[in-house]
Amino acid sequence: MTTPSISNALSLAASRRTFLQGAGAAVGGFILGSFVPFGKHALAAGKPVAGVFDPNVFLKIGADNLVTVITKHFEMGQGVTTGLATLVAEELDADWSQMRYEFAPANPKLYNNLFFGPNQATGASTSIANSWEQMRKVGAAARLMFVAAAAARWNVPAEDIVVAKGIVRHRGSARQATLGELAVEAMAVDVPQKVNLKPASEWRLIGTRLPRLDSAAKTAGTAVYASDVRRPDMLTAVVRRPDQFGATVASFDASEATKIPGVVDVVQIHSGVAVLARDTWSALRGRDALKVTWDTRAAETRSTAEILTEYRALTKTQGLTALSRGDAAAGLASAARTLEAEFTFPFLAHAPMEPLNGIMEFRGDSAEIWSGCQLQSIDQRMAARVLGLKPEQVKINTFLAGGSFGRRGSAVGDWTIELATLAKAINGRAPVQIVWTREDDIKGGFYRPMLLHKATAGLDARGRISGWQHKVVSKRIFVGTPFERVFLKDGVDRSTIDGLNDIAYDLANYSVEVHNAPSPVPLLWWRSVGHSHTAHVIETVIDELAHLARRDPVAFRLDLLAQHPRDAAVLRLAAEKAGWGETLPPGRGRGVAVHQSFKTRVAMVADVSVEGSAVRVDRIVAAVDCGVAVNPDIVVAQVEGAVGFALSSVLRNQITLTDGVVDQGNFDDYEPTRMSEMPKVEVHIVKSDAAPTGIGEPGLPPLAPAIGNAIFAATGTRLRSLPLAAEA
Amino acid sequence: MIRLTVNGEPHRLDIDPEMPLLWALRDHLHLTATKFGCGRAHCGACTVHIDGEAVRACAMRVGDARDQTITTIEGVSGDVAEAVQDAWQKRDVVQCGYCQSGQIMSAISLLGSTRKPTDADIDAAMDGNICRCGTYVRIRQAIHDAAKALA
Ligand code: FES
Ligand code: FES
Repeated sequence: MTTPSISNALSLAASRRTFLQGAGAAVGGFILGSFVPFGKHALAAGKPVAGVFDPNVFLKIGADNLVTVITKHFEMGQGVTTGLATLVAEELDADWSQMRYEFAPANPKLYNNLFFGPNQATGASTSIANSWEQMRKVGAAARLMFVAAAAARWNVPAEDIVVAKGIVRHRGSARQATLGELAVEAMAVDVPQKVNLKPASEWRLIGTRLPRLDSAAKTAGTAVYASDVRRPDMLTAVVRRPDQFGATVASFDASEATKIPGVVDVVQIHSGVAVLARDTWSALRGRDALKVTWDTRAAETRSTAEILTEYRALTKTQGLTALSRGDAAAGLASAARTLEAEFTFPFLAHAPMEPLNGIMEFRGDSAEIWSGCQLQSIDQRMAARVLGLKPEQVKINTFLAGGSFGRRGSAVGDWTIELATLAKAINGRAPVQIVWTREDDIKGGFYRPMLLHKATAGLDARGRISGWQHKVVSKRIFVGTPFERVFLKDGVDRSTIDGLNDIAYDLANYSVEVHNAPSPVPLLWWRSVGHSHTAHVIETVIDELAHLARRDPVAFRLDLLAQHPRDAAVLRLAAEKAGWGETLPPGRGRGVAVHQSFKTRVAMVADVSVEGSAVRVDRIVAAVDCGVAVNPDIVVAQVEGAVGFALSSVLRNQITLTDGVVDQGNFDDYEPTRMSEMPKVEVHIVKSDAAPTGIGEPGLPPLAPAIGNAIFAATGTRLRSLPLAAEA
Repeated sequence: MIRLTVNGEPHRLDIDPEMPLLWALRDHLHLTATKFGCGRAHCGACTVHIDGEAVRACAMRVGDARDQTITTIEGVSGDVAEAVQDAWQKRDVVQCGYCQSGQIMSAISLLGSTRKPTDADIDAAMDGNICRCGTYVRIRQAIHDAAKALA
């Protein structure tokens, strides 16, 4: 939150179709609207209507000379706000020091993710990719308008005006002005119908290391997260949810809870029993004092070991064919050598540093949310449905989130629905804040699915892959969500096979079979989604096949990537930078993996030391091709961060169930990576002029297999299932 | 009534002495830069200073903080704090930023007692502070940078 909210600063009227609005007299500012598509425009300069706010803007420049980008994307730490501002500043020729950001309000008509249809949403590593043209056009159009304004003011030809570092200058004289000084006049200029974007050779911000716009506030402690918002007379709610997923409240006794000072109300909602109190501590104490009996008839009562046994049984039955190329069975039948490998993957919690929370005020005919919303469109729709409102009657104030990794992008709006249900239950008589504790988070489901993969692959007499049959067992994550239509095809959930379906390796005879295994355990995408498991399986199997063929793992992969030069290039670069081929001392090993996800290729070489059953990851060398690296330092940071985030899931993290009850509860038994375990990370970026692709997630997938392959190199022991150390 | 001195300001709070200091700061004094991460002294997001020493506010009863001098990141100052925050910004350490108040408070306390920390010193002092975004590489660099700036 760098400047006061736009709704306070502006009052202006214009139709949605208008894409230039003037707030002239009100703020002396320049406001530029939606750029997709370029079309008829109207001008409302000088005609502000008090009290009307139309947030049809991407850009705001005030007399204070600050350039504020209204970011349609949410900041969970990946540097999106900095990236979007870079794109605008580049084409506007603004100075980086004058750039600021604000979160856009919920309005999918204006702020939709161009890759997600009519949805305002941040995810799938698409923020920069989908905004790449759009935000540069915003900057370019604004620049032309400032040029025209200066030309008019000084009565000189527009060709003689130059803009650099936020200063508009006349070439033939000493005349110059800041963007802020020209803002009101620029706003009166017709919006250009067509803009030309700079060629890459003229970029001066894109591709350079610009400091993050959110660094100062996050370093000083002044950054505001949703959990920091306090509304007058707010009540804080915590919910007692069942120990077993799918259980419901049979009855409850709140008599002890209501005796706790500060406890105001106890209400039953769909997910459990909520205690509302004057502060968090009282709410927690009240919850401890609740007595709830549960109806467990529809509950998950199996242990993870039983679920696994059922998964194994499923692989012996006929599944759904997700993909079939050539004749995998014949290819295997003719193989000189075959490999059969089973991999299991546990449920994983996202465990973002900031546990879930949010605030809602329900006013009967409208509602307002203060939350870290990753999928504003879904949260808005879900809240509206619960409250009997239209989506546009629900206003969302988006705040910074203390991480998400997918959890704040709940496909079904789970905690937003809880919040709306609570606000409704008390008839909106006070603002309600919902707080999840860490235990609620770790035990609360919406996990990365538990999966079983079985790969059977064969080599012909010359050591080439003759066939590969693949089976996956998982519960589907998209069933019952608004994403079902897009991500479910012929019964197969895309997240089960992402990475397997677009495997880069040249496999002539290849098939993928999917088994769906229902369970009441709620699931969700977890950073890198399907790639979090498929990459590990593919890259471990390939490594095993290389060893079986007595080939060098890098050379073996490169042969299979002949048609994929970008994948081959990151692999070569990582191998070269890591010193691939060197002999390491006993007890140490080096492993490699390469994977494409979200259209970005990442190769990693891991160095490990193994002593007894203790594995230490010493160094990760990564090579990345994400197209144009808009901010190379953020690309590096995302890969470093992906290593830090995922390392604990490679080595130890797992959510297990005993009779349906989650065994873990906090950071002691679901322990993220800590400082002393963090390896050295070296990140090399492949220079590219291709359009930018994702970077928030692609650093994860190759980590686990690179480490597993390194452990094999060090010990000769092949660990397949994750977490690796659980097997060691 | 519980008397507390936070960031140099005296406060009197009419709250349950059993309440963790963290919730007293966040809910009653509206000092929200000190974060809730685990509530069980596992993560360090709630790190504050009591007489210069890093303490987990979630694991201390507000009753036990009575008459103590508490500093949160909102009130931290001095050359060590400046050097640390400056180094943090120059390295662009933050991602989501949620853990960083705690990280910075732990780093200031480390550099307050150990002017030239080794990597092992950093491991020991910082292992209680989880960063789920995995910014450890930069935290380590920033601490070394700050030590250099202070030398
Ligand atoms: S919240 Fe205090 S250590 Fe985690
Ligand atoms: S920066 Fe996100 S948890 Fe540390």
